[in-house]
Amino acid sequence: MEMESIRELQAYGYAFASFVFAMILYGYIYHLYTSKKKGGKDYEKYSKMALNDSIEDSPVEKIEPSNEDKEER
Amino acid sequence: MQSSNMINYDYSVAKCFAIATIVFGIVGMAIGVLIAFQMAYPELNYLAGEYSTFGRLRPLHTDAVIFGFILSGVWSTWYYIGQRVLKVSMAESPFLMFMGKLHFWLYIVGVAVVVVTLFMGITTSKEYAEFEWPIDIVIVLIWVIWGMGIFGLIGIRREKTLYISIWYFIATFLGVAMLYLFNNMAVPTYFVAGLGKWYHSVSMYAGTNDAMVQWWYGHNAVAFVFTVPIIAMVYYFLPKESGQPVFSYKLSLLSFWGLMFVYLWAGGHHLLYSTVPDWVQTMGSIFSVVLILPSWGSAINMLLTMKGEWGQLKSNPLIKFMILASTFYMFSTIEGPIQAIKSVNALAHFTDWIPGHVHDGTLGWVGFMIIASLLHMAPRMFKREIYSKKLLEAQFWIQTTGIVLYFSSMWIAGITQGMMWRAADQYGNLAYSFIDTVNVLHPYYTIRGVGGLLYLVGFFMFSYNFYKTMTASKAIEEEPQSASPMAA
Repeated sequence: MEMESIRELQAYGYAFASFVFAMILYGYIYHLYTSKKKGGKDYEKYSKMALNDSIEDSPVEKIEPSNEDKEER
Repeated sequence: MQSSNMINYDYSVAKCFAIATIVFGIVGMAIGVLIAFQMAYPELNYLAGEYSTFGRLRPLHTDAVIFGFILSGVWSTWYYIGQRVLKVSMAESPFLMFMGKLHFWLYIVGVAVVVVTLFMGITTSKEYAEFEWPIDIVIVLIWVIWGMGIFGLIGIRREKTLYISIWYFIATFLGVAMLYLFNNMAVPTYFVAGLGKWYHSVSMYAGTNDAMVQWWYGHNAVAFVFTVPIIAMVYYFLPKESGQPVFSYKLSLLSFWGLMFVYLWAGGHHLLYSTVPDWVQTMGSIFSVVLILPSWGSAINMLLTMKGEWGQLKSNPLIKFMILASTFYMFSTIEGPIQAIKSVNALAHFTDWIPGHVHDGTLGWVGFMIIASLLHMAPRMFKREIYSKKLLEAQFWIQTTGIVLYFSSMWIAGITQGMMWRAADQYGNLAYSFIDTVNVLHPYYTIRGVGGLLYLVGFFMFSYNFYKTMTASKAIEEEPQSASPMAA
């Protein structure tokens, strides 16, 4: 392949990659900021993990023990 | 209340690393002050024959502060924060407890070998990667043990979601593992060609490729040791100490992924105007400028966490340390990208402005965050209040003055140096010889030494305060929910 063609392909690749990464970034921002309204995750509640971090505090989201764990207990 | 209410967090490994942080901090910073004065007064090179020359001590300074002081601080806070935000105690797993202790003691052995070999002048001559291959193997082992500790603790956690600090600790683990392995690939010369001693080696990469791998490593060592784990600390300790939730948890996630994506491409700025391909240089410059966004995302998030609570800055010296640290983080992450712009770099490269920039970040951001973190942990680990608030206040101002002297002198020295090096007469002859620049820079080198000395004095005050907190301070009955108790 000639150098000129390689350069041209690089330029298309570069433009495509920039577009895709920008879309992923904006998509992620959109997801983060609309998630709560759509009935999904409220990300802000996770900040409580640092404040209520005594071993006696209830977890923000508790891990449900698997069936095997339940049997062991 | 859950079934685990009789269990307490176990800080034995965190305590060991906290003490190591202080010891290595004193050693690394003391060597730093000595070599700073050696730049101003060269006769100080001959205090102890070959062992006190600048060339022998400089790697000891950088390695002691990076891999001694900072990494110990990172590990101390990991063994503290990890348990608390995952809501699981190390005491619940004898295996993890054993691995934690093994991690600490193997690390101490590794450090001892590093100190001896560097003093003996055994080095690969790669900046921040000076250790010969047998030591690299020990370091990899230490790293793997830490990784097992991280993922082991995550495996037995009660909290389903990983707090943002945990993401940053995981990134530190993975980032350094990848960088360290690739940059330290070496050919042991004795075993391959029968040359040199059994521990000697040469890099597996040659020429420009070696430079590219080295600075991909070198710059990202800054990313994954000076930045990522320190952000892990600030995201936990600032909210906890101030009693304020992070201003925006969403912004913390966005900044995390932004930082992870962008940082790895920026190392090329160390090689501007060198023999590496032009596109690598341009990419390094551009990604360095883009890096402002995720860096400031985290820093602004920290400052806004204090919204409506700025009074705490006056009443709580630990908040003051952390806020100044975040401010220095903003400062050095705007200064770095400016230096990475090609036209600015033409002036700044190889000048004292560069170590000036590094020390804004390390003394202001990293040092202050580790100091504040250890003092936040102390009352909770030792169940005693902080020994002296006055001492802490004095330390803050002495160290801040030290940092200002350091970076201001290096700005002036660096820019003067850069201007003098490229000054030419009408025929294109250089206007100054090298010794002309040395004569002009002498006062600034002295000021830098004094700045470093003030920071070291402050560090001794911190060490004393920590020691007294540990041994002689008033006992507290209940763990404080937010602001750390301290005696006047």
